[in-house]
Amino acid sequence: MPEVLKAPLAVEFPFTRSVGPVQSAFLTGLRERVVLGVKTVDGRVLVPPVEYDPVTAEEIHDLVEVAPTGTVTTWAWNDEPRRGQPLDTPFAWVLVRLDGADTALLHALDAPGPDAVHTGMRVRVRWAEACEGAITDIACFEPYDGEPAQPAGHSGQFTDAISGIVAPARLDYTYSPGRAQTAYIRALSERRTVGERCPSCRKVYVPPRGACPTCGVATSEQVEVGPRGTVTTYCIVNIKAKNLDIEVPYVYAHIALDGAGLALHGRIGGIPYDQVRMGLRVEPAWTEGARYPDHYRPTGEPDAEYDTYKELL
Amino acid sequence: MSKEPVAVVGIGQTKHVAARRDVSIAGLVREAAGRALGDAELTWADIDAVVIGKAPDFFEGVMMPELYLADALGAVGKPMLRVHTAGSVGGSTALVAANLVAARVHGTVLTVAFEKQSESNAMWGLSLPIPFQQPLLAGAGGFFAPHVRAYMRRTGAPDTVGSLVAYKDRRNALKNPYAHLHEHDITLEKVQASPMLWDPIRYSETCPSSDGACAMVLTDRSGAARAPRPPAWMLGGAMRSEPTLFAGKDAVSPQAGKDCAADVYRQAGIADPRRDIDAVEMYVPFSWYEPMWLENLGFAAEGEGWKLTESGVTELDGDLPVNMSGGVLSTNPIGASGMIRFAEAALQVRGQAGEHQVEGARRVLGHAYGGGSQFFSMWLVGSEPPD
Repeated sequence: MPEVLKAPLAVEFPFTRSVGPVQSAFLTGLRERVVLGVKTVDGRVLVPPVEYDPVTAEEIHDLVEVAPTGTVTTWAWNDEPRRGQPLDTPFAWVLVRLDGADTALLHALDAPGPDAVHTGMRVRVRWAEACEGAITDIACFEPYDGEPAQPAGHSGQFTDAISGIVAPARLDYTYSPGRAQTAYIRALSERRTVGERCPSCRKVYVPPRGACPTCGVATSEQVEVGPRGTVTTYCIVNIKAKNLDIEVPYVYAHIALDGAGLALHGRIGGIPYDQVRMGLRVEPAWTEGARYPDHYRPTGEPDAEYDTYKELL
Repeated sequence: MSKEPVAVVGIGQTKHVAARRDVSIAGLVREAAGRALGDAELTWADIDAVVIGKAPDFFEGVMMPELYLADALGAVGKPMLRVHTAGSVGGSTALVAANLVAARVHGTVLTVAFEKQSESNAMWGLSLPIPFQQPLLAGAGGFFAPHVRAYMRRTGAPDTVGSLVAYKDRRNALKNPYAHLHEHDITLEKVQASPMLWDPIRYSETCPSSDGACAMVLTDRSGAARAPRPPAWMLGGAMRSEPTLFAGKDAVSPQAGKDCAADVYRQAGIADPRRDIDAVEMYVPFSWYEPMWLENLGFAAEGEGWKLTESGVTELDGDLPVNMSGGVLSTNPIGASGMIRFAEAALQVRGQAGEHQVEGARRVLGHAYGGGSQFFSMWLVGSEPPD
């Protein structure tokens, strides 16, 4: 079997988040180098704070300053820091119970090696050089053998409090289109459109999926379709999409290639947009080196009768 | 053993708006859930389980809402489930919750759905740069507009019908204090004059992007007996799915939608939906989907749906009001939109719909769809318990 295609796929987006009143105080506090927790109904202090009591579900907002010093409650050594992690040299992930808090905060501990880390060790916050109202304002924790720091009793009230953050998210995948679509893509590079026929319902799938979604059976018989086809339906796009270098208006159409069991989608060119119609006969127009037809253009044949394609709508 | 009857005893929504910057996502769902509990006069302790739904993960980048929102929804120490079915998720979520009551797994279940479109990006979430694939050329409207054209060709509907739906729904929204769009100066001429985005779909015939949440408290017979206000009773509920694209798919009137409606009507003993159902809240993100779904759901014969719209049958004071709340065309927090349909159906049979109440509504259908007309979920609710 020929090798299937593979390529990296990075899914990346900067999500915005409104943080609500409690996280607003926490993040604004970090900007001012103050760590705030929230008091629960039963009197515990949660750091980082939450908006709702985990036991009673009541809304909570009684903010309490805790110390920037604390105790490691558990840890794990990270030998190979990845992109975006708090430190770029090996470090320990730690849960730190800050002095005055009843719960532990997850962060990084800058330590020379795992032998220098133990549960129960004392640590303190190392602040970032520039604080902006984010968890990264705590650059990391560092070992500390002094007295517990004394919080100043901050009220949690700030002027110009932070109301939102931007949270960049990124996921890295290795994408493979699989056996059937690999064959389809390779055939396209020779400007041929090759689908697969379902052995049960005999419909030809373009692009092929390796299985018929209706019959639930594998497909393998390759069938070349087109190159000509029929516009089954379409719309005229009047708004310009970001990252898409096509002048508007243009026609986005469903095209049933001759022999295919369902329509694929493509742009219609070589004809004024307001003269495109259902039933128009088209063929692919290629540009040098492209993986897909740039668009489909009229063949000059008479239009297809509605009855010949109405089942493909 | 027969199923336990399921009653809706609490309904809550946020005031849907373009952007709720004053609350976190937790604060948003909490607001709707708190209102549903308040309506039912219950507390967090009265809830046995929580079922939550939201839009696809990439839309707003919250991968595990059930984990993040357990505190906000009082779910600590209780079962909490999350449901995924694209745009129909609000409906499916309510049905999963209802089935837990019907099966007597739990007595009282809180169900919640939400979306903060202002902090998400649906367009991006639907067009990830998949290697080797040609980029999507047209966005969501471009995906659905060719199906609208196919409907017009198939039925011979005049091209004025889409504007009539938008004009009606936007006027209905003026009577619904929770609706996002309140276009006080709306006229039919304005709708007709709005620009074509994806011809044949005009700007005014598309849904807005909204921030909002919806919640319901579902309970069993004994819970309904204790309810302070009249409950809505579930008379039938069903979900169906089919692939987005397959050979033989009818994109105008998908088989899964027909089958789903038929299942609901069978459960509820509905012989003729046009006669036996008083009103419908259906998922209409682009105005032409009203006549399309009227046919798909069996309220009109094939090719005849647009005639109901054109003759005023679907107006608020018509014989079969559709989207009394203003519908998805007036309010669209995608993840919550299906549940809002279900909740509005329940509000109607409880007589709690306020200014957009349909007089004497006894049986009302709530409908949602999602994906590329791929997932369907529906329930029929009534003012009287099932036989």
